[in-house]
Parts: sequence; structure tokens; C-alpha cells
Amino acid sequence: MSLTLGKPRGRAAHSAPPVRWRGRRVQGWLYAMPTAVIVAVLFIAPLILVVWMSLNKWPLLGQATFNAPGNYAKIPSNPLFYDAVLFTLKYTAITTVLLSAVALGLALLVQERRPGVGFFRTAFFLPGAVGFAAAALLFYGMLNNDFGPIDPMLRAIGVIDEPIKWIGTPNMALFSTIALVLWRFAGFNMLILLTGLQAIPTEVYEAARSDGANRWQVFTKITLPLLRPTLALMLILSVTGSLLAFDQFFIFTNGGPDNSTTTMVMVVYRDAFFRFDLGGAAALSVVLLVALVGLNTLMMRRLR
Amino acid sequence: MRRRLAGIAFLGLLALTAAACGSGGGGSQQQPTAAGPVTITMWTRAATQAQSERLVKAYNSSHKNQVKLTVIPTDNYQPRIAAAAGAKQLPDVFAADVIFVPNYTSQGLFMDLTDRINALPFKDKLAPSHMKLGTLDSKLYTLPHTLDLSVWFWNKDLYTKAGLDPEKGPKSLKEFAEQATAVQDKLGKDGKVHGTFFGGNCGGCYVFTFWPSVWAAGGQVMNPEGTTSLNDQKAMNDVFAIWRGLYDKKVTGPTAKEEQGPTWTGFFPKGEIGVMPMPSTTLGTMPPDMKIGVTPIAGPDGGESTFVGGDSIGVSSTSKNADAAWDFISWTVGDDAQVEVMAKNKDVLARTDLASNKYSAEDPRVVLINSLVAKGQTPYALRFGQTFNDPQGPWLRLAREAVFGDAAKVPQLNAEVTKSLQQQ
Repeated sequence: MSLTLGKPRGRAAHSAPPVRWRGRRVQGWLYAMPTAVIVAVLFIAPLILVVWMSLNKWPLLGQATFNAPGNYAKIPSNPLFYDAVLFTLKYTAITTVLLSAVALGLALLVQERRPGVGFFRTAFFLPGAVGFAAAALLFYGMLNNDFGPIDPMLRAIGVIDEPIKWIGTPNMALFSTIALVLWRFAGFNMLILLTGLQAIPTEVYEAARSDGANRWQVFTKITLPLLRPTLALMLILSVTGSLLAFDQFFIFTNGGPDNSTTTMVMVVYRDAFFRFDLGGAAALSVVLLVALVGLNTLMMRRLR
Repeated sequence: MRRRLAGIAFLGLLALTAAACGSGGGGSQQQPTAAGPVTITMWTRAATQAQSERLVKAYNSSHKNQVKLTVIPTDNYQPRIAAAAGAKQLPDVFAADVIFVPNYTSQGLFMDLTDRINALPFKDKLAPSHMKLGTLDSKLYTLPHTLDLSVWFWNKDLYTKAGLDPEKGPKSLKEFAEQATAVQDKLGKDGKVHGTFFGGNCGGCYVFTFWPSVWAAGGQVMNPEGTTSLNDQKAMNDVFAIWRGLYDKKVTGPTAKEEQGPTWTGFFPKGEIGVMPMPSTTLGTMPPDMKIGVTPIAGPDGGESTFVGGDSIGVSSTSKNADAAWDFISWTVGDDAQVEVMAKNKDVLARTDLASNKYSAEDPRVVLINSLVAKGQTPYALRFGQTFNDPQGPWLRLAREAVFGDAAKVPQLNAEVTKSLQQQ
């Protein structure tokens, strides 16, 4: 019965849908329209134009001239390119591991409702409310060897004798920046993980405990596997954010010392705004975008 | 349509690079009206903010047309100009570091002012180095806005305390090193006072303060076309070696190696430095009770020279208010503005015919600085900014290796500098 009735209805849907259905379809399109327009205007159109830009020699003012694939061909000879790629990957790896560990630790600390836990949740999240550029400036001021308060404080309590060159050597510059990023983002990532932790039904924990699982077993066999989708989201956000790192290095270390903290986006920025090579900068942006999409696809597949 | 597309594409690039420039300072271009006064927009960099502000204030108080000035941090100025140009959002008038002017002119950022400038009665008296760099294919694009010369300042009080003659500044770079070392040895024990200081992680600081010693010794840093770097030659190496010695002996402040530029002139006015290269524009902003000696920058064994820096000013090629813009910038180089605004505040003048005026005679240091305009140089290179000023550029690597690192790498890095200068 349902089959015989279903067929003509299906055919009818393909050829001429009832007016009510067509109305609903139009309605659906209308609902989606604002988002579609925003995506088209603010993402797809600029994307197409950046790709077009990358195929041209593009002066600041005046007419562009087609020169494909010149802008792409010269990327390998960019003196900063390889170092920037290596540094960006290194920074991404270290930041992602540390950020995940710290955020997960904080989330586990404050996941249960106890007296005073709200205070700690707020305290951990609060740095996330500071603008990133402002946070970078704050660290620049705090750690500055000329006027920053951290060195004199450490000296006063006898921890150090000589001022520490927080951004004076490549390694110190990297780790000072990572400290900044951890301070700024650990709370936000904790919040993401907290929502995941709280979505795990308490019955599962109770069942595990009644089966005699210890804390470690509960963590590795229950918490981590059930947290996987949330962890995946956090990882993707962290990896994407780190590969596109700019503000913290631009403000805090200025890419130095000796170009040791120059990231990919800083190279793009330099090509566009110091060398005025807009086509070359666009080509680098496209390469970065493709790498980012590829990496994220890979991560989504592995973490699904 | 094509232009609009270009603008959108540029915004797209901005989004992709996540440029942390903050919100724009406004490049709004008002349409001129037939009757009412016009407000024109102007941008300048923080390094020469004081001079621009004084000129704008004086102009606004005496004219119907008004100038709205936006000051942009020096380090961000070039990127901001580039971003604004790409989006067709340049202000009506903008000042630019004179060494960037050839590049901006070749990019078409400035309006051709040849006829207007040629009509000025004092055209031949305008600061020659600024005019040279503002000329492209015999067309004139800019006027001198501020002149900022590098000179050595010495702190007379610290000299007295260190047992040096407070009236005798250094006559050679070697003497400079000896005097700085004396101040350091006598007064540097508590870590507050230092013999000297320099911006060791700032490409622009190196060229401004080290190159005059090369010129004073008869050397050159580039070929006249600005396409070949000569910074691996003996004249430059000798200068690097003396500064390296000062750093190694801890005569410079401990943060000289990390100094990125924004604060390099901030230590001298605090009375913490014995002798150091400084921009002449800071003389008017020094504490009034501080006793400061000024002397030309010298080579290792003598001679004198200076880097004639500062800003040029022009009308942007996209301005809709060219007449009002020209009215303002031509006024800034007129007699009144030059003497009553610039000279009154101890600034170097944009016109050689006004160098001795009723104010300059009051301070022999100002007379000295004015006299150096003719002895100094302004290097010309189309790719100056990206080569020498950009923190990721090749010059900063070279200078840092020469002063703090492995001086044997200089020839190889010099080839990188040349490559950057020749970039198409």
C-alpha cells in the first residue's frame, strides 16, 4: 500500500511539487539567504579575487598585469619562506600540545560543581576576555628589560641575579610567546572541553565505578573516548589559529630576534605591505589556505 | 568596476593576512564645495609628530580651510600607507620618511606637482636632498616637510662627573668610544648610567646613526643608483668594529641588542647615557635644565657627516581636494611657517635661505645642525624600506651579525642586501 502510494507521490515531487511544498522550499531558501549572502560577499568573492590577484602582478595603484604562474614560481626563492614554514610548524606543534594539556587539566579541575568552583572557572577564563593584541602588548610591557616589573620582582626575591632576556634569544622569544598564548587561550579552550565533559552522562561513570574501574581507567576508557569530538574541535581551532599566528609575534617579538620568530602570515604581511608585492603575497596566502584546508581535512578524518 | 574589485580583493588579502593594524584612521575625502571651507585629511608618522602638529595647528588657526591630522606609529606607517593605497583610501596629504619617497613616487602614490612647485619663488632654496628624492623622471612630487639629522648628543653633567671636559665632545668615532668608556667606567657601577646606547635590533636606527661615520671617513654605503650595497667594505667594517667593541665591553646599555626602535631615543633625556647618536628633532624636546652638547657624527679618525632624514610631504594621487591640499603644503614651506613655527622650536628648516634667522642665532647648536644639511647625505634607493627598515629585511641581519654575531658572514649577507635592492 505504502509502496503504491509512495511512487506516484515521489514522481510528482520531481515533476511538479504541490504548491505548499514549493512555498516551503522558497521559505527555506529565504531563511538561508542572509547567511549565503554573507558567505558569498565576505568569503567566496574575496577568495576568488585573491586567487585572481595571485595570478597577476598587482601594483598598489594602477592596472594589474597577468603573469601566472610567476608569483607561485618565485615562492621557493623567498629567503624567509622555508624558515617561516618550519618555525610555524614548530610553534603549532608545541602550542597545540601544551594548550591541550593545560586546557584539559583546567577543565578536569573545575568540572564538578563544588563551592568556589565558579570563581576558578571565571578566573581561568578571564584572560580570554582581553583582546589578543592588548595581551601581547601587556606581555611586552611586563617582560620588558627596561621598564617591565617581572625582572625586578624576580630579582627582589632572589630567583635571578641577571635580568632575563625574555625576547632576546630565539628560544626565549618562542617560549615567552607560548606563555602568552597559554595565558590568553587556555581558559577559552577549557570552556570548550568543559561543555564536552559535562555532556558525558553520569550514568556511564557510575557504571564504570560499579564495575571496579579506578580513576585512571575511568579517565582513559570513559572520559577521553567520549570527549573525542570536543577534543577534535579544540585541536582544529588550535592548529588553525597557530598556523595563522600573527598578532602575538608581530607585536611581541616583531619576528625577531634575527627572524627566528617569523611566521608564515608575517611573510605574507611583509610581501604585501613592506615590499608592495601584492600578487606575491596573494600567492603565499593561497598556498597557506590550501595547506590549511588539507591539514584540517586530514585531522577531521583521523579524529572522527 | 575593476577598481572596486581591486579594492575588495585587497580587503580579502587583508582578511587572510589577519593584519593587526586596528581600525583605520580615516582617509575620508570630502568633496570640495563651491563656497564653504574645506577640511583636508593628513597623515604623518609619530617620529615627526611634534613638527606636523605645530604646523597644522598654526595653519588651522589662520585659515578657513582646516587640516585634520592623523598620527600613525612610525613602525606601522609604511604598511598603513600601503593598505590605504590599495583600498584607495589615502588621505589628501601625507608626509613620508624621505627615504621611502622614491618608492612611493614610482608606485604612483603622489600627485605630480611640477608646475605648482616650479611657480614657488623660493623653489631653488628648498632642501636639496629632499627635493632630489621627490623627483622622478624630471617631475616633482613632494616638498620637504621636516628635516631630521643624526648628530651626537653628549650629557655635560655626566661628563663632568666622569672627569671629562664637559665642553669637549668627541671629534672622531674613536674619541666617542673613549669618552663613552670613561663614563661607563666611572659612573656605570650601579647599572643606571651607561656610556652609550644604540638601537641594536632596528634597521632604520643603524643606517641613521652608523652610516654618517662611513661618509665622514670618505666611504660609501651604496652606489649612487641605490642598486649595489657596499656595506661589506672596509669603511663600514671599521665602524661596526668600534661599536662591537663598545657592546662587548658593556659600555652600551644592556638592552641595546634588543632595542627594536620605538624607545631608542628615550634613555638620553633621562640622563642615563653619556654620549650617543640622536635625531636632531629631539633637541627641542629635551628637558630644559639638561645640559647637552651637540656635535656632528664623525668617522673613526675624524671628518663629519650626517644622515639628512626627515619627512617629505605631498598630495596623494587620489585626493579630490588638490587645491586645498596644495594651499596647505605650500604654506608649510613659506617664510612664516618656517621661521615662526619651525625655527622658533629649534627645528631644522626646509629652506636653505632661511637657515640663519632671528631664532637660530639664539642657540649655537641649532646653527651647527643647520650647517650640517650641506655636509650630510640622504641615500637613494628605490627598495630602501624593504631592504634597510623592514625588521625581516636583509640589512638588519647583516648589522646584527657584524655587531653581535659572526662578522665573517657580512660579505654573504651583503649580497642579500644587494639582491633586495635589485628586486623588480
